[in-house]
Amino acid sequence: MGSEITYAIAAGVLGGGVYALMAAGLTLVFGVLDIINVAQGILVVLGAYLSYVLYRHLHINLFVGLLITVPAMFGIGVVIYWLFIRPLRGSERTSMTLLACFAVALIIEGVLYREFGSNYVSINAPVTSASVHVLGIYLPDIYLYGFGLAVLTIVALYLMLYRTGFGRSVRATMQNQTAARLIGIDVTRVSALTFGIGTGVTAIGGMVYGSISGGFTPNSGYDLISRLLAIVILAGLGSIGGALAAAVFMTTAEALVDIWQPTWAVAVFYLAMIIILAVRPSGLFGRRAVRAQ
Amino acid sequence: MASHRARFLALGMTAVLATGVLAACGSSGNSSASSKKPILIGASLSLTGDFSADGQAYQRGYELWASYVNSHGGILGRKVKLIIKNDNSSPTQVDTNYTDLITVDHVNLVFGPFSSLLTAPSAEVAHRYGFAFVEGAGGAPIVFSEKLPNVFDVSLPVANELDPFVDWLKSLPASQRPKTAAYPMANDPFATPQVQLAQSEMQPLGIKTVYSKIFPEEVPDYLPNADLVAHANPDAVVLGSTDVPTVASFIHGFEQQHFNPKIFIAAAGPDQGAAFTSAVGVANADGMMVPDAWYPGYPSAQSQAMVKAYVAKYGGTASDVNADVAEAYSVGQVTEQAVEGTHSFEGSKLIAYLHSGKIFTSVQGPVQFNHLGENVKAIAFIFQWQDGKFVQVLPANAKGSVKILYPKPHWAS
Repeated sequence: MGSEITYAIAAGVLGGGVYALMAAGLTLVFGVLDIINVAQGILVVLGAYLSYVLYRHLHINLFVGLLITVPAMFGIGVVIYWLFIRPLRGSERTSMTLLACFAVALIIEGVLYREFGSNYVSINAPVTSASVHVLGIYLPDIYLYGFGLAVLTIVALYLMLYRTGFGRSVRATMQNQTAARLIGIDVTRVSALTFGIGTGVTAIGGMVYGSISGGFTPNSGYDLISRLLAIVILAGLGSIGGALAAAVFMTTAEALVDIWQPTWAVAVFYLAMIIILAVRPSGLFGRRAVRAQ
Repeated sequence: MASHRARFLALGMTAVLATGVLAACGSSGNSSASSKKPILIGASLSLTGDFSADGQAYQRGYELWASYVNSHGGILGRKVKLIIKNDNSSPTQVDTNYTDLITVDHVNLVFGPFSSLLTAPSAEVAHRYGFAFVEGAGGAPIVFSEKLPNVFDVSLPVANELDPFVDWLKSLPASQRPKTAAYPMANDPFATPQVQLAQSEMQPLGIKTVYSKIFPEEVPDYLPNADLVAHANPDAVVLGSTDVPTVASFIHGFEQQHFNPKIFIAAAGPDQGAAFTSAVGVANADGMMVPDAWYPGYPSAQSQAMVKAYVAKYGGTASDVNADVAEAYSVGQVTEQAVEGTHSFEGSKLIAYLHSGKIFTSVQGPVQFNHLGENVKAIAFIFQWQDGKFVQVLPANAKGSVKILYPKPHWAS
């Protein structure tokens, strides 16, 4: 039993890194733009398809391919914001953006169905089956890379937000859009770039997701979005670093319950989430100030 | 997760296309006005969603059958016209679709959907309106547990799919049998019953169970489950899977843990041809086993003609035709024989005829229904990947079987 717990904790922590990577863009976009991007699941899948095409058809290394997919997804994010989010204004904006994001999800899903069909595709790169032996257990390479990328991504987002002029503009926009406009910040530009960055980061999550899953279809985003939203809510809406902690909590709790009864794993996580939110409604790392606007 | 999913599926329905498929045209020999009206046959299929690959294969099977029938004069001198609605793999939507097909589209007959999960609720709808419900993918016990008189499954009952595998284990000398086995199962009415039955029959053979758990079907990765199975280090793994990704995830997990079982058999996944080998690699497929009742090389003239027609219409090769196509085609064949046998589309007459003990023919072989609507003539086979080829290995004495590869080779990486 002892080593089963060790395996479960290792699997949970590493799996948490992958989920944090997928959720980072979601929490950034919510924190800055007040948008619950329900298209995040399909954006992860889109990132997975882009990596699939580059790896399986163009034979470009998965990690090198990120140099293409991240900018591409950044561009897609900016276009999505410009076409679907920017025109929405007024008191109903938040609920309307929810519908707009859902429409975006359906459009992307439709395009993927048209291009790739409904059959599962799989990246199946050598890195997906390799592992290293550490302290008596095998740790899968792809999860280690995923965890490392999650930490790097979160650190990069943190540095961008707190160590750059653009970051100051983003934080000002996050706290009060009207005041930000008054001091000369181009809120629309900042918002578009932030949405683009959030989507670009999702390309990394998509690559890792595509690599760890045995196969995916345009429909796979639906299995992801509820978990990603749960992570962001548990972390505290808008808390990028908290997403990693919440994701690790979720996957470790599930992995531990898996030892006892796998069918209860997901339920136990959601139960724990409800209890935590009852005690701390702003989430594990949420700050009221973030939601002040 | 389920509530979120249900909400998204419900919203997604607004964008789902209801697809009407017009069967190929041919000449009709009947000149009366009423007989010129086509026979409307309704079906709900999972053209999107979790079962979309199977649902689309089913659509092709139904279309192929309709094309064949129409090119041979139709049924009772009337052409057939399929009305296929997309259920997005949702048990709720499938209920709505069959209700609409019967009450709005006024179809003459209905064909079953894909998967036991969707067959169970849709059979009740058909029963409510007195329709015979011939289907090919609802072989799980939950479909028959309601004892509906209108359900007729032309395929192999799910629970018995692993029988040849267990029989083979029994035939081995005790010293050659696996000593331990693991039974990870997806929470699905197709996957769980057959693995649980196999487990109950393997334990008395002295094969100790070291892992037996049911896991949620729709989790994005199976690392913890695969790790726990690998940690238990069983000689045999009997995986209750429903699709390629589940099997591929376990294979990748086992590779990562450097765990090589002597036997690895999965309820579904390895039967998906190129989709499977693409996901795991041809070398890793070696030795993987899967139960099924049909394969493209199935030695029957009807089956070979269907495979030829499939390749001619949809392209590819014979190995691209999976068992879903044959199951769907068989649904059409059995229904056609029942209609021609009764000269009627009336549900009660068709149900009585299908229950009469008559033996029907199909591309999957003979079909005869017991009182529950299970096909008692269906024969289970076990297939295995050997050197990049998908071959029949069990029953060992069956025509077409080759020697089983045991123990399974180690993973290629």
